Amino acid sequence: MNQEPSLAARVPASTPEPLGAHGAGSVNSAPLPRPSPAQAGEGGNRASPMLDWPLWEVFLRSKQGLDHRHVGSLHAADAKQAVRMARDVYTRRMEGVSIWVAPSQAITASDPGDKAEMFDPMADKVYRHPTFYKLPKEVEHM
Amino acid sequence: MTPHVDYLLRLGDSSLVLGQRLAEWCGHGPVLEEDIAMTNVSLDLLGQARLLLTHAGTLEAAGRDEDALAYLRDARAFRNYTLCELPNSGIEKGRGQAADYAFTVMRNLLYGAWQVHLWDALAGSADASLAAIAAKSAKESAYHLSHAADWVLRFGDGTVESHARAQRALYQLWPYTNELFAPDAIEDAVCGAAIGVRGADLRPAWEATIDRVLAEATLAKPAASGFVSTGKTGRHSEHLDFLLAEMQCLARQHPGSHW
Repeated sequence: MNQEPSLAARVPASTPEPLGAHGAGSVNSAPLPRPSPAQAGEGGNRASPMLDWPLWEVFLRSKQGLDHRHVGSLHAADAKQAVRMARDVYTRRMEGVSIWVAPSQAITASDPGDKAEMFDPMADKVYRHPTFYKLPKEVEHM
Repeated sequence: MTPHVDYLLRLGDSSLVLGQRLAEWCGHGPVLEEDIAMTNVSLDLLGQARLLLTHAGTLEAAGRDEDALAYLRDARAFRNYTLCELPNSGIEKGRGQAADYAFTVMRNLLYGAWQVHLWDALAGSADASLAAIAAKSAKESAYHLSHAADWVLRFGDGTVESHARAQRALYQLWPYTNELFAPDAIEDAVCGAAIGVRGADLRPAWEATIDRVLAEATLAKPAASGFVSTGKTGRHSEHLDFLLAEMQCLARQHPGSHW
């Protein structure tokens, strides 16, 4: 009747961070501005907390999937909250059984302006595809 | 109405009314991600209400389905705990005041923790349907508790302003939790038949859960209060009529409509 649920699984354990650490997380151990409770509470100014909160990229693995795939991004105060919000935003229709989040700023992207030198040279190198080569009959299934 | 049906309405109406309260945040959440999260919680509660009211209607055998029970009863016939009907703005503000997220998540913490322990106990109910509903709802409520506890930690252990709001919400809500644990004849009857659970039996585990969250959130636990609200007997606060007016107006203006 009075079973104690394992709260440890539901409530975050104490962190070694100083008092007040729950207000916001940090991506690169630099303190981030906290969302103002005035904004969070009144529901009036929707834009401002988003400016304070870093962006996270969300990756999901579906039930049948072998790999995590990028599904989108969201704003959250820290990584733990980002996972929770990814659950609510991106898995409402059973899209996934595993969630990864990564700070967007940790991703280094190729420059779209370099597209010509980066990717166009590959267009005429059909010999890089295995289908370019004729297999000897003896190999049969490969 | 048998105590069994009354008890099911008590649980079902509480989920329905709190679900309606949380739905008021839909489109008004502090950030888009949280807007969706809170709406998910609201929809979970609505799902619990549908199952419980349908079951109550079947047992009652008076021809009332979930819609008739949800949309065609007046406030006096609702059996939800008063805690669930209080406005999101907090009780010291008038109607129409801005909703307060600290008050909203603090109530979700208090009621979510209650539901976690309630479903756990009801999973062994002699009412097989209720036991099945409890087993299904347990996972939902575990997440509601986790979600609410996370925000209470962030508010309580956040800024001076957020701490003050969380503490004020806790002081306002705390006396209303007494109703969850107050014994009455309905509870005696359903416990005697091994259908229901005594609220008082859940209190130690509930308080332990709440105490741990409050301690980590650096919030002070309010002193015990002698106030006991009476929503489960049908005597509600002034807030329920307004909630029902909004929730029921469409169904009452266009009876039997489908879309």
